[in-house]
Amino acid sequence: MSLLNVSGSPHVHGRESVSRIMLDVCLALLPAILVSLLCFGWGALKVLLLSVASCMFFEWCIEKFLMKRESTLGDLSAVVTGILLGLNVPSSLPWYCIVIGSLIAIGVAKMAFGGLGNNIFNPALVGRAFLLISFPVQMTLWPKPLVTRGSLFFNGINSADVDALTGPTFLGAIKQGGVEAVSNFSIMDHFMGTVGGSIGEISALALLVGGIFLLIRKVITWHVPVAFLGSAFVFAGILYLVNPAKFIAPHYHLVVGGMMLGAIFMATDMVTSPMTAAGKLVFGAGCGLLTILIRDFGSYPEGVSFAILIMNAFVPLINRGFKPHRFGVVKEVKNAKA
Amino acid sequence: MLKTFKKGGVHPPDNKISRNAAIETFPIPEIAYIYLNQHLGAPAKAVVQKGDKVKVGDLIAEASSFMSANIHSSVSGTVEKVDEWIDASGYKVPTVIIKVEGDEWNESIDRSPELVSEIKLDKQQIVAKMKEMGIVGLGGAAFPTHVKYAIPEGKTAEYLIINGVECEPYLTSDYRLMMEHSDEIIVGIQIQMKALGTNQAFLGIENNKPEAIELLTEKASHVEGITVVPLKMKYPQGAEKQLIKAITGREVPSGRLPIDVGCVVDNVGTSYATYYAVQKNQPLFERIVTVTGYPVRKPSNFLVRTGTPISKMLEAVNPDYDNCGKVISGGPMMGKALVSLDVAVTKGTSGVLMMTKGESQRHEEQNCIRCGKCLDACPMGLEPYLIASYSKLQNWDKVEEAHVMDCIECGSCQFTCPSFRPLVDYIRVGKRTVGQIIRSRNIKK
Repeated sequence: MSLLNVSGSPHVHGRESVSRIMLDVCLALLPAILVSLLCFGWGALKVLLLSVASCMFFEWCIEKFLMKRESTLGDLSAVVTGILLGLNVPSSLPWYCIVIGSLIAIGVAKMAFGGLGNNIFNPALVGRAFLLISFPVQMTLWPKPLVTRGSLFFNGINSADVDALTGPTFLGAIKQGGVEAVSNFSIMDHFMGTVGGSIGEISALALLVGGIFLLIRKVITWHVPVAFLGSAFVFAGILYLVNPAKFIAPHYHLVVGGMMLGAIFMATDMVTSPMTAAGKLVFGAGCGLLTILIRDFGSYPEGVSFAILIMNAFVPLINRGFKPHRFGVVKEVKNAKA
Repeated sequence: MLKTFKKGGVHPPDNKISRNAAIETFPIPEIAYIYLNQHLGAPAKAVVQKGDKVKVGDLIAEASSFMSANIHSSVSGTVEKVDEWIDASGYKVPTVIIKVEGDEWNESIDRSPELVSEIKLDKQQIVAKMKEMGIVGLGGAAFPTHVKYAIPEGKTAEYLIINGVECEPYLTSDYRLMMEHSDEIIVGIQIQMKALGTNQAFLGIENNKPEAIELLTEKASHVEGITVVPLKMKYPQGAEKQLIKAITGREVPSGRLPIDVGCVVDNVGTSYATYYAVQKNQPLFERIVTVTGYPVRKPSNFLVRTGTPISKMLEAVNPDYDNCGKVISGGPMMGKALVSLDVAVTKGTSGVLMMTKGESQRHEEQNCIRCGKCLDACPMGLEPYLIASYSKLQNWDKVEEAHVMDCIECGSCQFTCPSFRPLVDYIRVGKRTVGQIIRSRNIKK
């Protein structure tokens, strides 16, 4: 026999790995990507491919030339960041915006902190926030979807239409035109995805399917999405009851804009969300509350990204405040009393 | 709805490939290496010298302090020397090395095969017998049994909990013992109950051993006070505090002992050894050892004398040495990787596990992605990632604040970590260092 390996226990490992988790996230995003391709055609495909490619390229460059360490492209986290960034922008976004967004996401939000696991903020959201502030015009130009409800799967993809038509999103219309603008939109369209908006946020149904897949694969737990959507619903409901003339009904909030994408895919990012169940509930509730605050009172029509980024900053604090319940602690207190 | 413990735990594949291999009596070795520290606590003090003739079952070393245990010869022959020999931890420890001549047993041992079910000794006599016969916990930690049975003033043992869980993957020594020696185990449990003065015993068995549950439930139905409790499979259910929680619902407070919640936990192997010690006057010098793993062509369960070199046992199972990358004493979750195959079997050796080259390689460590899976897996409700990083930074105050001393080193956190971080390595270093700091602090006070 050759030399024996000697190491501390345990000597076996489960099937979990970072690349497996990231691959699961990619798979879970497939339905949303599919809907976006049907709705926005080549524009969406170009944005997604470019954003994934540039995220991977920047990560490789930074590790090779600046950090001088072995590449971590294999963990697929750059691919996930690329897809999420692509899904969070309009399909008409110029190529240089995407490249700049990727550089900010990977370079500033991720690698500057030491790479995957050390970042405080969700990289894709930092990239998106940077683009929204730097290129407000390009970032709020929404191509109309190619297909309308009923013919979703039968219409061919025709790129000529995409750039030609633009229209305001639901939330944008509300911000400008007030509550009456609600009548121009159908909640079913938002559910299925035949509306204008960022590439990945348009179909609540596709995102829910992905979310269920992630729950089954145990990549995410129910805590963050449920707390996020729940608190947004409750808070929006209170505002609606107080003044229905000024605020829209709470159920609209759940399906429009980036709510589903944010609650299921962005806020549940392991690195930038709390570790314990209680911490996740607090984090999710905070995200929901801030989203509605920004949507109803802020100057931006949409608030999901900023809400998550703000709550990301509180994660270390939440982790400190919400520790797991230790084995053998309750009894000790009782004994001390006795 | 089967019982189990609530917090944490993992489900490693159980790989009990030796489950159907009946216990075989392993040949006596030519030379026996009998360690003097086969138990938790101080090493025993040798009472034999070079050249002494010993018989099987003769006392060769006696307990040197309160927390220590007697050691008996497992073979007959001549003491070659009282020296040092490498043990499973990789260090050389005091050892009595005996050259084997024949197989002559001490006359006081009753070698008849009849089951003796009448318990003649009283409470004190049983505990004294346990001490005399060198009985220690056979689950792995080898805690001296007579110390455990010395119940402190003001405490009572309401329940005796017998651990037939065997939650470590691969190992089947307890399972085979339950299947082939259930009568002795039942009498052993009755002896232990008498020694503790309790009339309630629970025997916990996981539901991956339905035959054992069925057999022992049947056997236990003929005697009073013993209940077999089927448990839902989950690692580390064989850990003392988790087993108490699963069976009684009681939670041993942090830093306290099972007796503080009225429980005493013993392995089924200990019940078996107790039977032989009390009823047959036979000291603890042999035990069941599983020899298994995928490089092993004939996974087996052997009845082995202590002091038998592990290399001898491996030869008997015809392993594929070329495809073996690691040999472990114990199970894959908590066992020790051996530095040498010269290491001999002790009272606490439950198995010898060979791992293939592929299985024995660790994956490269990646950054922690703060997924919190280690928190979910930890049966003690700790934050393994945090303790490990404090320990890496040698920030011992923080390691202590994070309750490192509660860690039972079960390995669930590292098993589940998607970044392949060697969490338990760091936690172990932290626990040892903090333990030393606490001890020296207490001395100063």
